[in-house]
Amino acid sequence: MRKIWDIHGGVHPPENKTQSLQRGIENAGIPPVLVHPLSQHIGAPAAPIVEVGQRVLKGQMIAEAKGFVSVPVHAASSGTVSAIEHREIPHPSGLLAPCIVIDTDGKDEWIELDPVDDYTTLEKADLLHRIRDCGIAGMGGAGFPSAVKLSTRDDAVIDTLIINGTECEPYITADDMLMRERADQIIAGIKILQYLIQPTEQTLIGVEDNKPEGIAALRQAAEDSNIEIVVFPTKYPSGGEKQLIQILTGREVPSGGLPADVGIVCQNIGTTVAIHRAVQFGEPLISRITTVTGDACSAPGNFEVLLGTPVDYLLKLGGFNQAQCLRLVMGGPMMGFTLKDTSVPVVKTTNCLLAPTTEELPPPPPAQACIRCGLCAEACPVSLLPQQMYWFARGKEYEKLEDHNLFDCIECGACSYACPSNIPLVQYYRASKAEIRKQQQEKVKSEHAKARFEARQLRIEREEAEKEARRKARQEAAKKKAAAGKDPIKAAQEKAAAPAVDPAQAAIEKAMAKRSGAAPEESSEETLARLQKAVETAEKRLESASAKLKEAEAADAPNLGALQTAHERMTEKLAKAKEELQQHQQASSGASDTDDPAAAAIARAQAARASKEDKSPLEKAQEQVASLEKRLTKSEQKLAEAKESGSDTAEVLEQSTAKLREKLDSARAELAQISESEAPVAAAASTNDPAQLAIEKAMAAREAAAKLSPEDKARKALESLEARVEKTRAKLAEAEESGADTVEVLRDTLAKLEDKLAEARKDPGVEG
Amino acid sequence: MALLTVSSPHAHGPMSTATVMRLVLLSTLPGVFALTYFFGFGTLSNILLASLLALGMEALILKIRKRPIGFYLNDCSALVTAVLLGIALPPASPWWILAVGILFAIVFAKHLYGGMGYNPFNPAMVGYVVLLISFPVQMTSWVAPIGTFNGEVLGPIDALMRTFSFSGVDAVTMATPLDVLKQNNSLLVEDLWASNSQFGTLAGVGWEWANIGFLLGGLYLLYRRVFTWHAPISMLLSLTLLSALFYDGGSSASGGSPLFHLFSGATMLGAFFIVTDPVTSAVSNKGRIIYGACIGILVYLIRVWGNYPDAIAFSVLLMNFAAPLLDHYTQPRTYGHKKKNLQKEAD
Repeated sequence: MRKIWDIHGGVHPPENKTQSLQRGIENAGIPPVLVHPLSQHIGAPAAPIVEVGQRVLKGQMIAEAKGFVSVPVHAASSGTVSAIEHREIPHPSGLLAPCIVIDTDGKDEWIELDPVDDYTTLEKADLLHRIRDCGIAGMGGAGFPSAVKLSTRDDAVIDTLIINGTECEPYITADDMLMRERADQIIAGIKILQYLIQPTEQTLIGVEDNKPEGIAALRQAAEDSNIEIVVFPTKYPSGGEKQLIQILTGREVPSGGLPADVGIVCQNIGTTVAIHRAVQFGEPLISRITTVTGDACSAPGNFEVLLGTPVDYLLKLGGFNQAQCLRLVMGGPMMGFTLKDTSVPVVKTTNCLLAPTTEELPPPPPAQACIRCGLCAEACPVSLLPQQMYWFARGKEYEKLEDHNLFDCIECGACSYACPSNIPLVQYYRASKAEIRKQQQEKVKSEHAKARFEARQLRIEREEAEKEARRKARQEAAKKKAAAGKDPIKAAQEKAAAPAVDPAQAAIEKAMAKRSGAAPEESSEETLARLQKAVETAEKRLESASAKLKEAEAADAPNLGALQTAHERMTEKLAKAKEELQQHQQASSGASDTDDPAAAAIARAQAARASKEDKSPLEKAQEQVASLEKRLTKSEQKLAEAKESGSDTAEVLEQSTAKLREKLDSARAELAQISESEAPVAAAASTNDPAQLAIEKAMAAREAAAKLSPEDKARKALESLEARVEKTRAKLAEAEESGADTVEVLRDTLAKLEDKLAEARKDPGVEG
Repeated sequence: MALLTVSSPHAHGPMSTATVMRLVLLSTLPGVFALTYFFGFGTLSNILLASLLALGMEALILKIRKRPIGFYLNDCSALVTAVLLGIALPPASPWWILAVGILFAIVFAKHLYGGMGYNPFNPAMVGYVVLLISFPVQMTSWVAPIGTFNGEVLGPIDALMRTFSFSGVDAVTMATPLDVLKQNNSLLVEDLWASNSQFGTLAGVGWEWANIGFLLGGLYLLYRRVFTWHAPISMLLSLTLLSALFYDGGSSASGGSPLFHLFSGATMLGAFFIVTDPVTSAVSNKGRIIYGACIGILVYLIRVWGNYPDAIAFSVLLMNFAAPLLDHYTQPRTYGHKKKNLQKEAD
C-alpha cells in the first residue's frame, strides 16, 4: 500500500456533490452567440486575427498567442464575427475586456484539422507547439498555459508526473463525471504527457475517496499501464497543486518555486483529455465540461459546453430560477467568484456554475471581533497564522505580513470558512497582497527614476568639467603662443600658404616646369592607350545598359525609370571619353606639328584637367540642362501614353515628370548663375600669350570649381553626412546606456541619416 | 434581482463565536453541579448575580462607547466572564464583592482595552486578583463542604440572603485544603489528611468532584474542537511533574501529591476554562504548549512557596504578559519554507 501523507489543517465543508451526479454529461448545444475573451488564462492576452464580418469555422484560430506565457483562442462553432469589443468577462474584478463575438450559423462546420496518428513520431518541441497552438490552458484552476508548464528545463529531472483528479471543492463534479465517462481519453492523454515529460519514477493520479465510481473507471482504463491511481481521504483543500504533491509524495514545493524544483510536474485531469484531443485529432480547446448546480437550479448536472457560451444560456439548461438566487458563483463555494451579470461567457477555467438559494449559502453576517481562537490556524493548509495576519492586515503592517509569509497563502478560504467570527480573512489577505505589490511597483519605479536622474546629473557634471578643461587648455595654449612672441597673423599666413597642393595647381606647376624644359611624366602613347581603353569600357557598359533597358521595357518592369537614367548616364560618359580621346589625339598631333613643347604641355594639362574635372562648370551645367530637357520630353510623352491607355503607372509617371521639371528648373537657375560668374573671366582672357591664357583660364576654372564644382559639393555633403551619422550614433549609444526617453527618436534620426548617406554614396553626381 | 458580489469563500462553517461561548457555558455545568452539591447554592447565586451585573455593565459601557449593544451582548462573552468569576469566588459572596469583581473584569480589563478580542489580560482573572488583593478575608473564607460540620449547606434562599448581607444567615466557613496544606509545618501529609475533615479521597471533599466536573466539561470542549489540547495538557503535565518531583513521600515539608494538586483548588477550571481563553493566550500550537507549561510551573511555585494558597489567577495573568513574546518566537514553519521563520530582529 502506498504511503499517503497528510497536509496540515484543512476543513470538511458539506460536499453537495450528489445533486449534479444524477445524470450523465449532456451536450449544451450551440448558443446563438459565442463570446470569446482574448484572455482566458494567466499571461498575455491573445491578439485577434479576424475581422468583423468575417466568416469563421469551428476550430479556426481567431486570436493568436502573444508572448511565451500566452495561448491562442479558437472559434467554438462556425459563424460570423459580429464584433470585436470590450465586454464583461468572468473575472472577480468585473472589468470589461476585449472579446471576439461570433454569431453562430448552426452549421457547426469544422475547419480542416491536422490529426496525428502516432505522436511518438513527433519531436517534443513539435508536440508542445501543437499543445500551445490548440489553446490549451490548465482547466482546473488558474488556467496556466499548459505548454509552458510542460516545457521543463532540460537539466530538470522529473521523476513524478501527477494528474490532479482531486476536485476537492464542494458541489463541483465535472472531473468526477469526466473520470466516469471518459477514463480512456484521460489515460490516452496521460500517455502523451508521459512521452513528453518522461517521468523517471512514477505517474500518479490523485483522487479523493468520495469518487468511487470515477476511481473504478480510471482503474479499469489504466489496467495495462504504469499509471497508478492513488486514493486519499477527502479534505479541503487537498486539490491545491502544492497540497496534492505533499499528499502523494511528502515533498513540499519550495516557497516561490515550482513543482519541477522537486522533480514533479502536475496537470489537471481535464487538461489531459484536452491534450489527448489536440494531439490525436488536432482539435483545439473549444469546449469543456461544466457543472451547473445549486438549489436554485431545478435540473443540476454536467454539460459539455462550447467555450464562449453565455452563462445565462447554460443556466437555462440547468433550470435556473433567478428569483431564488442571490449570488451566482463561477467555480466552487470556497474559491469561486461571484458574477455580476449572467451574460458573461464560459471560459477555459469555468468548471462550475453554482446558483445557490439564499438558504443554502446565506449572505455573510457582519463580522465579529477576532477572539484569536486559532481555528483559522488549525484550518490553514500551509501552516500560516491567519489570526496574526489579520491583525497586521488591519494595521497595514505590511512588513510583518510578509514576515508571516503572506505570499504563501493560497487563498483557499479554509480560514474564513472556519472563522467563528465571520471575518472575511481571505479578503484581507488579497487586499494586502495587492497593496504590497503596488508598493513594490512604485518602489521600483521611483528607484529607476532616481537612477536616471543621478546618471543625468553625473553626465552634466562631466560635460561641464570637460568643457572647462578644454577652455583652460585653449587659454594655456594662447598664453604660450603669446609668450613665444610669435606674430599670430604671420603664423596664420604661413599656415594658409602651406597646403597649396591641389591637382589643378599641380598641373599648372607642371606646365610651367614644362615650359622651362622639363619632361612630362606620362608619355603621350600611354595616355592614348588609357583613353582608348576608357572609351572601350564605356562602350561595353553602354551596350549592356541598353540591353537591360530593352528587356525592362519589354517586361514593363518597375525599375524602368532607373534603368533609363543609367543608360543616359552611360551615353554621356561614353561621349565624354570619346571627346577626351579626340582631344588627346589632336593635342598630340598638334604637338608633333608645332615645335613649342610648352604649348603642347599646357594643352595636355588642360586635357588632363578636363579628363579629371570634366568640363568647365558652365559647359557641364549646359549639358545637364540639355539632358534634363531630353528626359522631360520623353517622360511627358510616356505620361501622355499612359494616360491614354489608362495604365495605373500614370500616377507614378506624373510624379516623376513633376520631379524632372523641378530638377530642370534648378539646373537652369544654376546655369544662369554660372554663366554670369564666368563672363568676367572670359572678358579678362584677352591676352596674346597662349600659355598665359591657358594658365589664367586654368586658374579661373579652378576658382570656379572651388566655388561650385558639384563633385566637390557632393563630396562635402557626403562628409558632413558621415559626420552627422557618427555623432548621432554616439548619442544613441549614450541614450541607450542611460535608458533615456530619447532613444526612439534618435534611432529614427539615425535610420534616416543612414538612408541619406547610402543614397549620397550611390549617386555622388550633380543630381539631387 | 441584482446579484450579490462577495469575496470567496461563499460557504461558511457551522461554528460561530456565540456558539463557542455557549459551548463553554454548557461545559461548566458538571463542575457547577458538583460545587452546588457540595457547597450549597452559593455558587449559583454568585453566577446569577455576576451574570446580571456583567450584562448590565457591558450594555452600559457599549452604550458609552457607542457600539451596537444587542450585537455584542449576543456573543455571550460577558456571560462567560461572569460565570467563570462566579465559580471562582467563594460561594455566596456578598454583592459588593461581585460588583467590584465584575466592574474590573468587564469595564477595566475588557472594554478599556478595546473590548472583545483586544484585551491582553483574562478579564475574569483580573477581577479575581483585584478582589483577592483588596478583600483577602472575604476571598479566603470558603464555606464548609457538605458533611464536614453539621452536614448542612446553604439553600437557595440562604445563599441569596447571605449574598445581600442580610444579617442572621451565617454560614460555616473553613480553610480550603490547599490552605491547610500550606499552613502545615509539623504533620506528615498522612496525619494532616486524617486530622482534617475537609480532605477527601484524592484531594478535598467536594473539591475533587468539582475538579472532575470541570475536567469532563473540558474534555467535551476538546472533543468539540473549541480549543486545542496544547495549553491545558501541557499545564497539567508540568504541574504533575513538579508536584511529583517535590512530593518527597509526604513529609511535613511536602508540597502535596500530584493527584492532590491536580484535583485541588481551581486546577481543572483553570486548565480548561481559563488557560484556554484564546484572546489572552499564545496563538501557535507550540506557543500554547510553552504558555500552558509555564502556567503549570507558576501554579506550583506559588501554591507551595508563594503567599497565596491558590495560584491560577496570578499564573495566568503573568503568562498573559508573556503571550506576545511567545507569539513572536513560535511562528510555525510555513509550507515550502525550510526553517522556522523567526522574525527578523528589526522590531
